[in-house]
Amino acid sequence: MSAVTSPAFRDNARAALGDRQLQRALAEVPRGLAARRSAARADLPEFEALREAGRAIKDHTLAHLDLYLEAFEKKARAAGSQVHFAPTAEDARAIVRDICRQAGARVVTKGKSMISEEIGLNQALEADGIEVVETDLGEYLIQIRGETPSHIIAPAIHLTQDQVEADFRRLHTGLPADRQLAEPAQLVAEARQVLRGRFLAADVGITGANFMIAETGSTVIVTNEGNGDLTQSLPRVHVVLASIEKMVPTLEDVDTLIRLLARSATGQEISTYTTFSTGPRRAGDPDGPEACHIVILDNGRSELLGGPFREVLRCIRCGACMNHCPVYGAIGGHAYGWVYPGPIGSVLTPALIGVRQARHLPNASTFCGRCEEVCPMKIPLPGLMRHWREAEFDARATPLLYRLGLAAWAAAARRPRLYHALARLLMPALGALGRRRGAFRRLPLLGGWTRHRDLAAPQGRTFQALWADTRAGVPR
Amino acid sequence: MPVSAKSAAARPRVGLFVTCLVDLFRPSVGFAAVRLLEQAGCEVDVPARQTCCGQPAYNSGDRASARALARQTVAAFEAHDYVVAPSGSCAGMLRLHYPELLASDPAWRERAAAFAGKVHELVSFLVDVRGLAAVAARLPARATYHDSCSGLRELGVRDQPRKLLRTVEGLELVELADADVCCGFGGTFSVKYPDISNAIVERKTEQVAASKADLLLAGDLGCLMNMAGKLSRQGRRIAVRHVAEVLAGELADPPIGEGRP
Amino acid sequence: MTGADERREAVIFKIRKALGTYDSAPRRAAVAGRLAAPPPPLVPERAKRRRDELRSLFRRFLEGQSATVVEAAGAAEVPAAIGRYLRSANLPLRVRVGDDAYLDRLPWASEPALERRRGRAEAEDEVGLSRATVAVAETGTLVLASGADNPVTVTFLPETSVVVVREEDLVGGYEGAWERIRARFGAGAMPRTVNFVSGPSRSADIGGQLVMGAHGPRRLCVILVRG
Repeated sequence: MSAVTSPAFRDNARAALGDRQLQRALAEVPRGLAARRSAARADLPEFEALREAGRAIKDHTLAHLDLYLEAFEKKARAAGSQVHFAPTAEDARAIVRDICRQAGARVVTKGKSMISEEIGLNQALEADGIEVVETDLGEYLIQIRGETPSHIIAPAIHLTQDQVEADFRRLHTGLPADRQLAEPAQLVAEARQVLRGRFLAADVGITGANFMIAETGSTVIVTNEGNGDLTQSLPRVHVVLASIEKMVPTLEDVDTLIRLLARSATGQEISTYTTFSTGPRRAGDPDGPEACHIVILDNGRSELLGGPFREVLRCIRCGACMNHCPVYGAIGGHAYGWVYPGPIGSVLTPALIGVRQARHLPNASTFCGRCEEVCPMKIPLPGLMRHWREAEFDARATPLLYRLGLAAWAAAARRPRLYHALARLLMPALGALGRRRGAFRRLPLLGGWTRHRDLAAPQGRTFQALWADTRAGVPR
Repeated sequence: MPVSAKSAAARPRVGLFVTCLVDLFRPSVGFAAVRLLEQAGCEVDVPARQTCCGQPAYNSGDRASARALARQTVAAFEAHDYVVAPSGSCAGMLRLHYPELLASDPAWRERAAAFAGKVHELVSFLVDVRGLAAVAARLPARATYHDSCSGLRELGVRDQPRKLLRTVEGLELVELADADVCCGFGGTFSVKYPDISNAIVERKTEQVAASKADLLLAGDLGCLMNMAGKLSRQGRRIAVRHVAEVLAGELADPPIGEGRP
Repeated sequence: MTGADERREAVIFKIRKALGTYDSAPRRAAVAGRLAAPPPPLVPERAKRRRDELRSLFRRFLEGQSATVVEAAGAAEVPAAIGRYLRSANLPLRVRVGDDAYLDRLPWASEPALERRRGRAEAEDEVGLSRATVAVAETGTLVLASGADNPVTVTFLPETSVVVVREEDLVGGYEGAWERIRARFGAGAMPRTVNFVSGPSRSADIGGQLVMGAHGPRRLCVILVRG
């Protein structure tokens, strides 16, 4: 499994807040994507209706997922694909390693796949002596640095152009040292050239799948670069990694989801390349893979179907939630400590790696609700995060001091006479202390607040006390 | 449900849900709310058996405490035609989350549903239910308005405060960039994850300063105390008030976080 | 049971257990029914406009994505249009093309200098010539079906992609594309690959700046054949 640092969320966040380059990227990129989504939505009057339709498609599919998987498998096999079910990450790794071994693979190219991150596939293949090459440009940029993605559709937003140039000069030996790499166009051209060689040398190409279509046994990928197409068409063997909830019944259902996906992600009408693949090459095909393997991963998702988190399985990986999240916008993706960042990560990560390791993620939210507002699949993300907090509370895993404070507050609030009597004592005293300045720079027990902000002093007497006076005819 | 449809229309009995922050920190907001409600032709009552809406417990996963406070609140307001709160987040809690909290309790399900139907945030109540189109207040100032998240997304409070603010004599209302982006308060979030909360409120105060307003308004005291506290720590001289104070002309007390000279 | 069968059973069983259900006749009927007769999808209004508006949308979206759109008055003009485009872009008059019969029958004699190489694309090919089965106006999207007539590598390997599509194959929405695909390949059947292409390849991953030609073609020229 991909390394987990979610327990160190606080440290991760602190580092992220102090990372100037990351902060510069975060100030621009998510806001830009959010603005473009807004424009795309304004341009399509049917947008809201499509969200509802998309939700209905996924809900229906999830309620019949077992049968749709069987139908898909049948069609996929009829088209010549081999279909492998992987209950766990370990199973998936073993299956893919086996396919690569049987193919005598030395070079493997990869399109972007969050699933492959989730199961730690690259390390497993590299341990087998295979050269693994990420071909999505953003993924390539972080692969050569040994980093992990910080955003599910723009993995390298935390990198500067200068860093990329330095990496290319360091790694792409064999190219003239005096070459110009000052412009993004030059860097992209170099990446194109270098990766072209790998595309052509690959024995196996591994892609993810945005959707699996039961009607035809097809899998769908979506890219702007075309790297997924070169990954799957050039090598002898094509491997598709798909998680169970990617299932969709028909081609027309995919139309609905395609109408939502790019618009929600980047504000584009549609991604440049949307590719529907069905099996290996046919008789008469001059190109295409000779073998096609579809690996369908569970890894904890089937459990979610039966519980309060089922709705998170509607996700189509657009990234809109994190583009609109004030917390993600402050700390970026790495702070979340695993594969999935932002609001979707806050719900999915505890489900897949356990709430004990991932407890900070659903807690570090203001519940502003923007994620739910923009999610094309109408996933009630804040409500699901609250469910995690409930699970944590019921397991008595909430930090003790915090529990005690809450219990004290609730105990007082449930006893109005006591509450108001205490308030009548406390607030005027506090008010008197703070009256001249109007605010406190420091207060015991509230260091979390006053570290960065002043705390306004209370006006003095409580509203209830003053109101009682007015009822008694005492003027204010 | 109104006690009598006829009397409700004539002079409805409004129960004011004060909110703990207003009660404890800034009663002038409560009095402003009362004044506005009376101007809108309502009879205002303030039940004594109200304390907290239960959001801190609810958002921390303590459903039991949240349910207890829900029952307490519902019981305190059963005799009223409407329940109005000068806070989008408390009103959202009462209106949207109480029914869900008490849905599985047969003794309380109906009562909670009936109660929730009566709950409104203050400014949206004045405009959408009472048809208030203008206020008689006066305040020469350049103000900007922040949309508190719950009010905006749970209750649709957006146009109503702007509509009324535009009728305040002398008030110039400038739009705040990213007005609908969170201020970073999030209740307990602000003390659980203070550094992240700070980063978010810093972005907010930059935009407030960039708006060139000398007065910041919003409908939720939690957000206001958060933003005022940051502006004050930054040494920025921008006054912060609850929108109700301006609409009611309830301006005798200093702005949030400012002292009495 | 083999290991693979066990794994398959495990996943299906876990799903059924979580759903609290089993393989029942009513559920099977629901799935079969939905696959056989899916509810009509929500087609955006813009996909239902008049022909000339659709053509205009198609063109506008593609040009907005930095593709070049050339309208040829008829099939007879196509080779000349291709020649013109290649010359204007300073590209060699040499294209890689599949066995597409329509492309084959074009009057290539009108462009004698233009060399056509048949088959899948090779690394040195600079220009690929394909034909789209369908053009979709709703987002300026070309729909290409793989085969000997239209190898996928021809669409993706060369730096420049020229795609010919007939105006009579212009439809409003994606649903129109599936109608044609089903008509051609049979219901529930697909070619190895159906590509929706909506512009040249691009990436904004470096410095946030949009650059064309990240792996796929840097240039896309669409020849829309009228008449």
